Amino acid sequence: MIESFFNPEIVAASWPIVRAGLRNTILLSLLVVPLGLLGGLILALLASAKAPIVRWPLMAWVDFFRAFPPLVLLILLFAGLPFAGLELGGFVCVAIAFFLNTGAYYGEILRAGIESVPFGQVEAARSTGLSRLQTTAYVVLPQAVRNVLPDLLSNTLEVVKLTSLGSVVAVPELLYQARQAQSLTYNATPIVVAAVIYFVLLWPVVRLLSRLENRALAAR
Amino acid sequence: MSRWDRFVETFLNGTVMWKYLPDILSGVVVTIELAVLVVITGLTAGLVLALLRSLAIRPINAVIVLIVDCFRSLPPLVVIVLIYFGLPSAGISPSGFVSTWLSLALVLMSFSEEIFWAGITSVARGQWEAARSTGLTFGQTLLHVVLPQALRLTIPPLTNRTIAITKGTALGTVVAVTEILGQASSAMSNSYNPSPLMMGAAAYLVLFFPVVVVGRWIETRFAWKR
Repeated sequence: MIESFFNPEIVAASWPIVRAGLRNTILLSLLVVPLGLLGGLILALLASAKAPIVRWPLMAWVDFFRAFPPLVLLILLFAGLPFAGLELGGFVCVAIAFFLNTGAYYGEILRAGIESVPFGQVEAARSTGLSRLQTTAYVVLPQAVRNVLPDLLSNTLEVVKLTSLGSVVAVPELLYQARQAQSLTYNATPIVVAAVIYFVLLWPVVRLLSRLENRALAAR
Repeated sequence: MSRWDRFVETFLNGTVMWKYLPDILSGVVVTIELAVLVVITGLTAGLVLALLRSLAIRPINAVIVLIVDCFRSLPPLVVIVLIYFGLPSAGISPSGFVSTWLSLALVLMSFSEEIFWAGITSVARGQWEAARSTGLTFGQTLLHVVLPQALRLTIPPLTNRTIAITKGTALGTVVAVTEILGQASSAMSNSYNPSPLMMGAAAYLVLFFPVVVVGRWIETRFAWKR
């Protein structure tokens, strides 16, 4: 049991491979979280225009990506687009898929946040002479973000976990590297190491979140 | 041939689609089976754990929290890979279907336990005390007083989470489950044509789009009035 799951020799031997994966997972997260946030911000700001002509297509867009498994989107980009003469590579495909998929989720959250700011604040801000852009940037968004911070954090956790999908399109992130190490050593230890790394990395966030969520529910 | 014709020929090729339609349909059946299994077992296990936790036995609660935190911080794909490629070293070789089902059910169990638990704790202590003082047993209080209120509160977050995790059935393709994505990918490599993949994508939309729309409705229907 210990030999095939917690083998210290294998941990030592596969560590350089796994560490490179950890580095890439962190880099990938640092790329896709801001990308998703950007996508979400665009969607949320568009949705705050209350015209039905903007609202309905936006809702359909968001629901489309909520219904579409991210892995399917990723495979569609990675394996489908080359047939249209567009070869993008795993890394770019992950970036695009995350921009679309997590953008839709972030968009929903930010939209709820923006709606939670009373409209009187916008009117007040505008009447003091702030422009529309200034009102959004300095009055609405800071409060909106604060109101939905737990949801934003929870989604960010999901996004970081989702980067493991990159392994399917040969992006050398943590899971991919661990599986490479596993097939080199014929031993499951590297995958256990990867799991432990994910746990150590994300567990503090999970703890914090469950505290925030409990407080939010109890406050109602 | 115009560009449009070429596009249709490549991505929406009728002959290829017709040929692989049965494969995709069998994939749809597997996806539905997997999804239903995951939802039923995951939610049931989550509720059982939350109820167990409400008994407030310290060592048991510590174990529950540890398990739940574990599956909340591990990516589902890592859990699937761990079970499918790892367990054989321990002498157990679960199939891809079982590995995916088990992993997603454990993940859903953990997330739903958190949500159920938050719902249970949100019911004011005074209600427990009042119910118990009228002569209801612990079980009766839980069943007739606390749970009806708690469950109502948990419905919006639970719906969201369940949909998100159910979509994870597509991950099964990594461990050779013949669900929609798996069927579509192998059909694509057999036919050198991405039309089956388009069909698979469409199948996911047909399956999950109504679920998302119903979920949105449930969310507003049960949203807590502030």
